[in-house]
Amino acid sequence: MTATEQPRRDKDGRLTPAPPEWTTRPAAPFPEAAVKGLENQVQRANLRHATGTIRAKRARVVAEVDNWQDLRSAGEAIKNRTLRHLDQHLVTLEESLTKAGATVHWARDAADANRIIVDLVKATGEQEVTKVKSMVTQEIGMNEALEEAGIAAWETDLAELIVQLGHDFPSHILVPAIHRNRGEIREIFREEMGVYGTPAPEGLSEQPAELAGAARTHLRNKFLRTKVAISGANFAVAETGTLVVVESEGNGRMNLTLPETLISVVGIEKVLPTVEDLEVFLRLLPRSSTGERMNPYTSMWTGPSAGDGPQDVHVILLDNGRTNALADPKGREALRCIRCSACLNICPVYERVGGHAYGSVYPGPIGAILNPQLRGVENPIDKSLPFASSLCGACNEVCPVKIPISDLLVHERHRVVEEKKRHQLNQFEPAMMKAASWVMADHKHLEAAGTASSLAGKLLPIRTIGPLPGPLSRWTQNRDVPMVPAQTFRQWWKENHDERA
Amino acid sequence: MTSPSSTGLPGAGKTVALFATCANDVMFPDTPKAVVTLLERLGCRVVFPEEQTCCGQVFTNTGYYPEALPSVKTYVKAFSDYDYVVGPSGSCVGAVRHQHAMLAEEAGDHGLAREATAVAARTFDISEFLVNVLGVTDVGAYFPHRVTYHPTCHSMRVAKVGDAPLQLLRAVRGLQLIELEFAEQCCGFGGTFSLKNPDVSRAMVNDKARHVMDTGAEYLVTGDNLCALNISGVIHRNRGGVKPIHLAEILARTEGGNQ
Ligand code: SF4
Repeated sequence: MTATEQPRRDKDGRLTPAPPEWTTRPAAPFPEAAVKGLENQVQRANLRHATGTIRAKRARVVAEVDNWQDLRSAGEAIKNRTLRHLDQHLVTLEESLTKAGATVHWARDAADANRIIVDLVKATGEQEVTKVKSMVTQEIGMNEALEEAGIAAWETDLAELIVQLGHDFPSHILVPAIHRNRGEIREIFREEMGVYGTPAPEGLSEQPAELAGAARTHLRNKFLRTKVAISGANFAVAETGTLVVVESEGNGRMNLTLPETLISVVGIEKVLPTVEDLEVFLRLLPRSSTGERMNPYTSMWTGPSAGDGPQDVHVILLDNGRTNALADPKGREALRCIRCSACLNICPVYERVGGHAYGSVYPGPIGAILNPQLRGVENPIDKSLPFASSLCGACNEVCPVKIPISDLLVHERHRVVEEKKRHQLNQFEPAMMKAASWVMADHKHLEAAGTASSLAGKLLPIRTIGPLPGPLSRWTQNRDVPMVPAQTFRQWWKENHDERA
Repeated sequence: MTSPSSTGLPGAGKTVALFATCANDVMFPDTPKAVVTLLERLGCRVVFPEEQTCCGQVFTNTGYYPEALPSVKTYVKAFSDYDYVVGPSGSCVGAVRHQHAMLAEEAGDHGLAREATAVAARTFDISEFLVNVLGVTDVGAYFPHRVTYHPTCHSMRVAKVGDAPLQLLRAVRGLQLIELEFAEQCCGFGGTFSLKNPDVSRAMVNDKARHVMDTGAEYLVTGDNLCALNISGVIHRNRGGVKPIHLAEILARTEGGNQ
């Protein structure tokens, strides 16, 4: 293979591997989707191992920083301040970017953004683009939009490449192929690389170095050939018009420097007012995400620079629901997220089901609050996500920008329930809750309920309740429940203690 | 009222309102009974305001804010006259402190929010009350058994009881405390979570139950009976033999005592 090879089509006539089916048709609500993840034993073992390792590493390096809690507070404060005046900062950002020679585009939603991107790539006459990891391009389904327009978009982050070649979808914010092990990766490389570009070398083993070598060769040929790159950004500095990408492989830097045209898609919440603000986040991010003291590559660019790197630089500022989130003073807190993935790695639910169950590029605890904020609570997936948590609160403690994730989960649940009541959906649960609320409103009601249950305790000659029918079977499928006692505390107090008090 | 014999005891002169919590009242009466025994032994005068019902968190956490409000009002009414409100549940105490004022604010009732904040500030989990308010860790308990302790999520992260339960357990005579692996990971109960996401909940509780059984302890100690019910339900099904017990029930037992 040479650097001049042209994009080719697979047996289905596609330029890039088809994504998994569920990304193109509506996925199931969380409880159902979770079952698939739970049943995948290989994935479960991989996840347990991987999240456990990152979790321990994070805890270790965070403990090294004396003022970690102050840093978190600083991160929280900067983001809050910025979000409060987001409109002004965005105007400043646009001015600075334009002054630096970049072209700024505004995109209201996914369709808008994809149209702009397809037009920009078409104008270059190229049929192939490389990408540096950008979740926002996944959020808008850009790869598929480009495929439809006859343009092949290639992931260049190693893990993203594994996911793409595996006809798969990322299941983690930072470690997209976390659910795969080395054996699986080797198979994917052997089977798929040759279909779309430089094949994997003969006799490829499971050794990480060999796998990385195969990816390097495969990718290098794409880097050397493509003239257009697409990136995201971790941060966008308003005062200077500087975009920042933080990564660990250097492939991002290849994308940012080799091509002639660079298109960056940036969510509007990524803006920071000043370069000084970066300091806080460049310290918070690597420790929270990969448990590193510092990330290996931090690239910053401010428009094109003459004779060096891409000369045609575009920045697409994307809303896609972010202003909805901004309009909700509580929900807005989710926009502080810097996508470090610490909350995923600590989450006991995520650890068992994996990222695909969340039906979005944003999985885990942050996904469970961000998706309903961005997309609303109307569709069945987004309705189910706020309930995809036991509210254990482990995520709150690790979030570097102090997003009160459990409080926001409860807030989103409230929104879902209000919606349910408005549309008179599923009247069973609201009716139950109303009845229970009545019981708790007055102790006399509770006493009556207590008497009824203790009566059952008196009359039934059993000590343990085994499998139950109906909705309670969900509980008793693997758990025994002790029989209610024959006397409530209240009854006991009345009989034994009242007069002494 | 302090009887002469109790002067000099750490709880002397303190009246404590017992918040039994609805689940303990109906399903686990031995736990609030143990709290009464324990507090009285330490010299406190214990009262049980009978207007009390529930902390309301099952409503709040399922998204039913208006339905939770009656519980907030009832709680404030039942307990606003007392300097100390003590409950045997980190979860319920956490809900009182963390959610009551928020619910009142959401309902636009600023007066109630103010009152709720004031009562919440005087509400304690039994372990914190003993260690932080009464300043005792050795409550004179005797429990000659091997136990392991699961710090329930809401005790740990909402009520933030810290290591008070461990301090108390370490001072119990005859007790052997065995460390629990992955102790800080959730047991998967989460109130209605276990009904809404039964499969995930099952996966979580099965792991937790296995770790508990691996300790070889005779008892699983918690500060929240519902989490214990969740875990011990699996253990019982698997004939695992580790019995659940509330921290207060251990602390209430004395050598030769009747508890
Ligand atoms: S919510 Fe917090 S912990 Fe989770 S990814 Fe975002 S910044 Fe990281």
